[in-house]
Amino acid sequence: MSRPRIFVPHDAGALAVGSDDVERAIVVTLRRRGIDAEIVRTGSRGLFWLEPMIEIDLRGERIAYGPIAASDVEALFDADLLDGGAHPLRLGRPEEIPFLKRQTRLTFARCGLVDRLSVADYRAHGGFKGLDRALSLGPAETIEEVVRSGLRGRGGAGFPTGIKWRTTAQAAAPQKYIVCNADEGDSGTFSDRMIMEGDPFVLIEGMTIAGIAVGATKGFIYIRSEYPHAIEVFGRALKIARAERYLGPQVCGSTHAFDIEIRIGAGAYICGEETALLESLEGKRGMVRAKPPLPAHHGLFGQPTVVNNVISLASVPIILAEGAAFYAGFGMGRSRGTMPIQLAGNIKHGGLFEAGFGVTLGELVDDIGGGTASGRPVRAVQVGGPLGAYFPRALFDTPFDYEAFAARDGLIGHGGVVVFDDTVDMARQARFAMEFCAIESCGKCTPCRIGSTRGVEVIDRIARGENRQANLALVEDLCATMKFGSLCALGGFTPYPVLSALKHFPEDFGAQPDRAAAE
Amino acid sequence: MPGYERWSEERAREIIAQHSQQDGAALPILHALQEAFGHIHRDAIAMVALALNLSRAEMHGIVTFYHDFRAAPPGERVLKLCRAEACQSMGADALAAHVHDKLGVGWGGTTADQRLTLEPVFCLGLCACAPTAMLDGRVFGRLDAKQIDALLAGPGAP
Repeated sequence: MSRPRIFVPHDAGALAVGSDDVERAIVVTLRRRGIDAEIVRTGSRGLFWLEPMIEIDLRGERIAYGPIAASDVEALFDADLLDGGAHPLRLGRPEEIPFLKRQTRLTFARCGLVDRLSVADYRAHGGFKGLDRALSLGPAETIEEVVRSGLRGRGGAGFPTGIKWRTTAQAAAPQKYIVCNADEGDSGTFSDRMIMEGDPFVLIEGMTIAGIAVGATKGFIYIRSEYPHAIEVFGRALKIARAERYLGPQVCGSTHAFDIEIRIGAGAYICGEETALLESLEGKRGMVRAKPPLPAHHGLFGQPTVVNNVISLASVPIILAEGAAFYAGFGMGRSRGTMPIQLAGNIKHGGLFEAGFGVTLGELVDDIGGGTASGRPVRAVQVGGPLGAYFPRALFDTPFDYEAFAARDGLIGHGGVVVFDDTVDMARQARFAMEFCAIESCGKCTPCRIGSTRGVEVIDRIARGENRQANLALVEDLCATMKFGSLCALGGFTPYPVLSALKHFPEDFGAQPDRAAAE
Repeated sequence: MPGYERWSEERAREIIAQHSQQDGAALPILHALQEAFGHIHRDAIAMVALALNLSRAEMHGIVTFYHDFRAAPPGERVLKLCRAEACQSMGADALAAHVHDKLGVGWGGTTADQRLTLEPVFCLGLCACAPTAMLDGRVFGRLDAKQIDALLAGPGAP
């Protein structure tokens, strides 16, 4: 009989709720009971309300238990954990848990399932099939495959990835670069972190395919310093990939050279903007550049550069492995494929939910997310990070789709959904949006640099009831100036949370509710 | 957490030399300096500027642009509390107020006994386990005032 295996997540989200303590308790218990078992550290399945969630392998099938505290471990072994024994924390097959069962896991197919640092495990679960196919297709056809898949930038802008690649491929230069934007700074988002920690090889594979496709031999990944676990795991994965010749002067024995270097951010949110990121990589202040020239023509160190988000690049291997038509078969309208949506904040079932575009906000929050964690009514939902709009329940029929959100003055951004219950003060949230913009503005353009500070002041005046009407008109005018006068999305989109809060929740800005007027 | 080295020009020169040959070396150098000394000593700014052929003003601009780089060494422990929206939705503001009261320091402040520095952070990517914090590189989720108190009273407590 083979050694029993116990899978314990090492994702930072699981560590934050004690998965290392659980692992230590398992080690102690195994030793005391004289049981020979293997502990495999995985990423997270993304069911965070069940973390730490451990799994055992029962004759090729996984059985999950969670959420586990270190103090539960002894009782779990008493209940024959390794044979999938009954226990109140037994969840059964993870794939049958509705939250997971309802998903379409393409990009996250392996996350939480495999040993995150085993190439053999990665290959056994379909890894490197995309790279093999890209090598046999050749660069031009690889790019067309990505174009045909309809993949759009998952970082927020939604620009077609294949078009970026084609533009960079057509630019002639002695050196080209692939830059992976892993500066995932939006609150409510953690999909980049989960992939880097739970399935780093898929990102290495995606970056390598991009490099081969556009003729770039060097890749940089810019990971934010707030993600020390991702930096550590990805660094170890790079060493392994190099040792196994997936990176280096001859990728998989081909004539293509490609390697990746990690660079670490330093706490500046603006460096998630692609041109600020390039400046930062060059060793400068992370100041936004005016476009054009596009990075595809004039990017890192002045050379043609593909800048793609982590999830965009991590979605490339499955597109190549299964074909563009397979990937494009999911989704709606011009939003093709799947989106790893992140349910966060005050939500009962928070976690990663990968699904084809088109699922509605209401389904995500009420149905899949189970409403608030506090048990109070949902009042507002911010989609797309600190620059995303606050939506009230009345807009819960909005489908998750780039265009549908834009049509309602919102954005899907990096796919983060942050839920607030009825205790939220929307004037405070609007103020925070301006305050955050003031803290994080790179200072290059006036509407963002000055407008955000003036915005905080004007919202404070409204909150104090000073000249309400005039100040409301002023904040709207200021938002219009920021929206149309800023160089990048920080100043340009900060108006979204502010204006949406004003529009949908006027009562929090001192508007007299009808009831009070009637009394 | 191991303490930081005392500022030494010689040691700084060594660190700068070790990292200055790569493209876009400024951030890797600054990270290495902060890792060694816990902050970017003001004398280091001129040294890095010289190594990278930049003016001191440019280097000062780079160092001060990034929130991570400190101008003075932190306390023995560093607590980063998340201030971003997902954590706000789960009571991060009240938790922060509790910590401010308990420690008697504001954002970026260090307790009078130099035991702990409190820093804000905008998102640790643990948004489904809010509110969250990082203490000396270890992450914690689903926090409440009681747990924060226990953390601060733990090994190496202030």
